[in-house]
Amino acid sequence: MTGFQDSRTYRAWGRAHRFAHAVARPRFADEAASLLAAPDGPTSVLPYGMGRSYGDSCLNRDGGLLDARGLDRFVAFDRETGLLEVEGGVTLADILRVLDHAPPSERRWFLPVTPGTKFVTVGGAIANDVHGKNHHEAGTFGRHVAGLRLLRSDGRVLDCSMADNPELFAATIGGLGLTGLILRAAIRLKPVPGPWMESEDIRYETLEDFFALSEESLAGWEYSVAWIDCLAKGRALGRGIFTRSRHTGEAPAGAKPRTAYEPRLSVPLDFPGFALNKASITAFNALYRRRIPAGGTRGTVHYDPVFYPLDAIGLWNRMYGARGFYQYQCAVPTAGAPETVRALLETIAAAGQGSFLAVLKTLGDVPSPGLLSFPMPGATLALDFPNTGAATHALLDRLDAIVAEAGGRLYPAKDGRMPAGLFQSGYPRWREFAAHIDPRFSSSFWRRVSVPVDQPSLGPSPGPSDSPPSHSPSPSPRP
Amino acid sequence: MTRLAVFGATSAIAGAVARLYAAEGASLFLVARNAARLEALAADLRARGAAAVTTAVADLNDLDRHPELVERARAALDGLDAVLIAHGTLSDQAACEADAGLARAELTTNFLGPVSLLTALAPVMERQNRGSIAVIGSVAGDRGRGSNYVYGSAKGGLGVFVQGLRHRLGRSNVAVTLVKPGFVDTPMTAALPKGGPLWAKPERVAADIRRALDRGPAVLYTPWFWRWILLIIRLLPDAVFRRTRL
Ligand SMILES: Cc1cc2nc3c(=O)[nH]c(=O)nc-3n(C[C@H](O)[C@H](O)[C@H](O)COP(=O)(O)OP(=O)(O)OC[C@H]3O[C@@H](n4cnc5c(N)ncnc54)[C@H](O)[C@@H]3O)c2cc1C
Ligand SMILES: NC(=O)c1ccc[n+]([C@@H]2O[C@H](COP(=O)([O-])OP(=O)(O)OC[C@H]3O[C@@H](n4cnc5c(N)ncnc54)[C@H](OP(=O)(O)O)[C@@H]3O)[C@@H](O)[C@H]2O)c1
Repeated sequence: MTGFQDSRTYRAWGRAHRFAHAVARPRFADEAASLLAAPDGPTSVLPYGMGRSYGDSCLNRDGGLLDARGLDRFVAFDRETGLLEVEGGVTLADILRVLDHAPPSERRWFLPVTPGTKFVTVGGAIANDVHGKNHHEAGTFGRHVAGLRLLRSDGRVLDCSMADNPELFAATIGGLGLTGLILRAAIRLKPVPGPWMESEDIRYETLEDFFALSEESLAGWEYSVAWIDCLAKGRALGRGIFTRSRHTGEAPAGAKPRTAYEPRLSVPLDFPGFALNKASITAFNALYRRRIPAGGTRGTVHYDPVFYPLDAIGLWNRMYGARGFYQYQCAVPTAGAPETVRALLETIAAAGQGSFLAVLKTLGDVPSPGLLSFPMPGATLALDFPNTGAATHALLDRLDAIVAEAGGRLYPAKDGRMPAGLFQSGYPRWREFAAHIDPRFSSSFWRRVSVPVDQPSLGPSPGPSDSPPSHSPSPSPRP
Repeated sequence: MTRLAVFGATSAIAGAVARLYAAEGASLFLVARNAARLEALAADLRARGAAAVTTAVADLNDLDRHPELVERARAALDGLDAVLIAHGTLSDQAACEADAGLARAELTTNFLGPVSLLTALAPVMERQNRGSIAVIGSVAGDRGRGSNYVYGSAKGGLGVFVQGLRHRLGRSNVAVTLVKPGFVDTPMTAALPKGGPLWAKPERVAADIRRALDRGPAVLYTPWFWRWILLIIRLLPDAVFRRTRL
């Protein structure tokens, strides 16, 4: 039997938090149950998937982690109905590998919702109720979960769905790993004609253009997203490349489908922190935009580069140097969305921070079953910021004020620093959710955002013991 | 279509080998002692493409059952193209030094069990006049070391047995391979500190085993560099070796 072992290597994707954990790696459901039953285990535990969350929502400082990746088995797959049941540690890449190898005579199925990387587990996708470029049509991942099996720390194994244990089901969708360990889940896949996508890239010049293109693409385009040049100012503010796509049955002549099912290990070393500065980012952004001719491009391409362009670069998170980075992702409501996004972009451009990866997308009104689901009808903006300590934090605090004012919220999957007040105002059902938390389960994120706040609005980050050493940054290995 | 039988199927290494065969559409026969885990494995392998998966629950220290298990495997698959013997336990050396009964039990799991299985398998393979067998030994069997010589002697003894069996079955077109993994990140080694270039993932080792089952070498060190590490360790003169703390 494998027990809990001390480890300092478990990180989140942003790499800004470096915590010690006691980690156990169950391979079978019965092992997970014995680990929770063992009297000598850590006082609190948290499931850990692929660690593709950016901040501390997948970390449990000085507590236990249940690394769920060993629970990586398919349970059942009905190729007629597309109902797929898998264990919680199965990754979306594992699923795509099986779907891609369907005999040609059989129906083709695809993930109903997928985030921008396929290296996430099903447990992680449920716990953050992830969304994809088809949010306006399909809603979140949780909407496609027919049922799930939860292991609680008291040893109970509970099957949850809209019909069975519906409250616990709603709490577990977007439940941040706090309601118990997801042993398995059944997902309703989506029928597709094949692995090919019709995809169009459009270069656009203003923020108004973005909203107009999004509106226009609602009819007929299942997927849409925009990459924006977050350093552009004035009239050019919000300019970028709008990408829309849809599945197609027509294969391009001579092309072969090719998916990389294993994470690449390129960028193996931490880049020196200065490699990403304003000048290099401005240059990159200008070049990247001009890649697309003024008239746009259109073509038939494989799904892999459409959905997972970053997977091709491997461990790109290391580009931000040893101090790591933050991603800031907010959702803001439809009413006033253009003005709010403009205010956010103006603040970022004025600060001259920001990075290559700035993404803007409209969100639809398909409801999620989850209590703490992140998306809301409106728009979502996501940007990476290299961790430069106090300056980064000051900018993010200014963005918080704009988001709070607009009635928006931040995405826990990407967060490592939001103040408790912003979490509590953004997720009004958080107390209802808290009643379903397993008493043994906790996370650094949760301890941070659930502290009592006087007025449920803004305040500087309280910075309890779990917060990262952002103001006294850890020394870089190289000067 | 390939037909593979796995003894000790819940092992992390064996599980990774079985997945490679499943993806090729092979038919599998799996033996392990935990029924629920075995069923979970079988369902997974079916979804990943195995043409058919049959299971048998058995404690492989129950040596008397071996002939029956081998016969069931042969019958279920209608012949055996490949066989993997993977079960084992990493003995607690200090506990074995204090308790000869425990040492004997470890030798049963890691030596007598595989020996008894192979003895039951040999005539079946001989009659087929084809097929290959891979038996998981260990680099620990290459030289006795103070820190784990009970486990090491079981694996070393198994190595000599496999060598002899290979010699015998070579006349019947049956290849027998001794697999010698180095440090592999599996539950067996959960208590050891991990990380660094010497540690391999079970998938890596499984890919080597898969290839060896096609090619049938006498010995497979996996990953490959262990061949050279062990060459040096074997060549160290006793006077030098005694002063190391391996
Ligand atoms: C390049 C990139 C692109 C991304 N794009 C998007 C996107 O487009 N949309 C989006 O929504 N997100 C996106 N994300 C975020 C990512 O999808 C989520 O953070 C996801 O939850 C990560 O899954 P994981 O398996 O890595 O889980 P982790 O990050 O390890 O854990 C996430 C949460 O899941 C819980 N958890 C994990 N396994 C289990 C289990 N078995 N049972 C219960 N709880 C569990 C953990 O406790 C934690 O709370 C992106 C991330 C990256 C790195
Ligand atoms: N990991 C390494 O570093 C390493 C190095 C060299 C050699 N090896 C060898 O590789 C082989 C596979 O080990 P692994 O690394 O994959 O570890 P593992 O996952 O712990 O597998 C060992 C397996 O042996 C099974 N087993 C033990 N006693 C058994 C018995 N009496 N009857 C039936 N099954 C029994 C266990 O079954 P349960 O699941 O029911 O406990 C377990 O599935 C072993 O022979 C090991 O000695 C491993």
